[in-house]
Amino acid sequence: MQLTNRKVVVSKKEQSFAERIYLPAIAKGMMITASHLFKKSPTINYPEEKRPIAPVYRGQHVLKRDENGAERCTSCGMCAVACPAEAITMTSGERKKGEENLYREEKYAATYEINMLRCIFCGLCEEACPKEAIFLTDRLVDVEFERNDFIYGKDKLVEKIDKRIDVTKRQTQAVLDFKKIPGLKHNELYDPKKLNTGNKH
Amino acid sequence: MLSLIIYKAIVCVAVFLLALGVAAYATLWERKFAAFLQDRKGPSRAGKWGLLQPLADGGKMFMKEEIIPNVSNRSLFILGPSLFMVTAVMTSAVIPWGKPLMIGGHLYDLQITDINIGVIYLLGVVSIGVYGIMIGGWASNNKFALLGAVRASSQMISYEIAMGISLIALIISAGGSLSLKDIIEGQDAGWCNFVYQPLGFLIFFICALAETNRAPFDLPECETELVGGYHTEYSSMKLGLFLFAEYINMFISSAIMAGFYFGGYNFPFATEFYAWLGLEEGSWLISLIGFGAYFTKIFLFICLFMWVRWTLPRFRYDQLMNLGWKTLLPLSLFNLALTVVIEIFIRKTIPFHF
Repeated sequence: MQLTNRKVVVSKKEQSFAERIYLPAIAKGMMITASHLFKKSPTINYPEEKRPIAPVYRGQHVLKRDENGAERCTSCGMCAVACPAEAITMTSGERKKGEENLYREEKYAATYEINMLRCIFCGLCEEACPKEAIFLTDRLVDVEFERNDFIYGKDKLVEKIDKRIDVTKRQTQAVLDFKKIPGLKHNELYDPKKLNTGNKH
Repeated sequence: MLSLIIYKAIVCVAVFLLALGVAAYATLWERKFAAFLQDRKGPSRAGKWGLLQPLADGGKMFMKEEIIPNVSNRSLFILGPSLFMVTAVMTSAVIPWGKPLMIGGHLYDLQITDINIGVIYLLGVVSIGVYGIMIGGWASNNKFALLGAVRASSQMISYEIAMGISLIALIISAGGSLSLKDIIEGQDAGWCNFVYQPLGFLIFFICALAETNRAPFDLPECETELVGGYHTEYSSMKLGLFLFAEYINMFISSAIMAGFYFGGYNFPFATEFYAWLGLEEGSWLISLIGFGAYFTKIFLFICLFMWVRWTLPRFRYDQLMNLGWKTLLPLSLFNLALTVVIEIFIRKTIPFHF
């Protein structure tokens, strides 16, 4: 019985003269390599040229500020809970008087760290965030020499006031609408009674 | 007399620097060419298009730690690469690079020396070259190095015979002179020697690949089988000399092939071209154009060497020997006989009488 009909009997034929002098085969091979001489190299000279990436590319995170320049993050910990790689840690702080221009709400993230070596760039933190504070951007995470340098603190994550980072490509109207669906409303705390009233998904 | 000595000294230095420079940039071009054949870009970081890469490589070689194994034969270990390098450069002595120059009413050859047994000198020096590999491989006191050295010497012996015989056929059809200058000058008008010696050229080219230890004949230094072959134990600039000498050998073999079979500094309708430009004999421009023509041919041959290297896989040892002894040697003898018959009965350049 045979399993497939791909069986081939090995033949050890005497080589023909053309095969024995190698030259036709060599010429054929050299033509193949020569044809590659005129093909375009797919190499991208990285630091000078950058590969085009999709608008929804999930790269380095950013912690957004609101329109007044105050940090949006309230250190609720939803992102840390959502994170499958457990890359996010934070500690909370309480806003004092006079810091209203720095922090949007009474509670804020005193420290906020993402371990870029643990992060798998799935984007669940962004999805979980009720305050539209964390987004993944199309920036690439830099190369570092030390492991510690991959743990990004607030100094690297929070966007600079004068250098805002555009996330409109990720925060599209469709996304915003999705986040407004009653049963899945991000801005509200978990309430079992409300879940039943809302639009079922 | 003094002016001749000064002139020769200048030519010596110029040819030496030329050989080194060409070899240095051949290493870069090899990598670039390989990259182009493989749809890559090649070295591009050191300078524009990687033009400073040879300098960077050389600097790296010099700064590396130099290790001489304790168990090695110290003097021979140092002699090996030196000899290989010296013989590689020595071969450039008899190659005429262009038409004679007119300086102060005298014609000076653009050549270090025009000895009347140039071809034999070349063969002799090339076969001394393998001593560098043998001595280096032996002195390393390393199995891989010794195997590489043994392979190199057996390969050299096997292919030198076919090479020599194909050269004899060339010399017969080129008029019987052993001087390189005569051979190249003989192709001044009419056809180049390749037309009369296509088979001889093929044999010579294959043997040249083998003599320069280039792929597919790079058995002496194959990394995949022998770690590094004869230069396994070498480091720093001694290794650099071995690698460098290989490129000089390649450059010189290309020059020899271009000179012997493709007319050297001559090119089709050269005399008409010079007359059209209104140049007289001994003009600098004639020498320069001839040199340019020669160099273009050499460059094409170097490209051919590299093209072959990046296309063909390495021969197995028995295939190497079969090709050398059972194919190339009979073929070169046949070529020799054919040449003699053609020269006597068809071209009638050799008087025939019993």
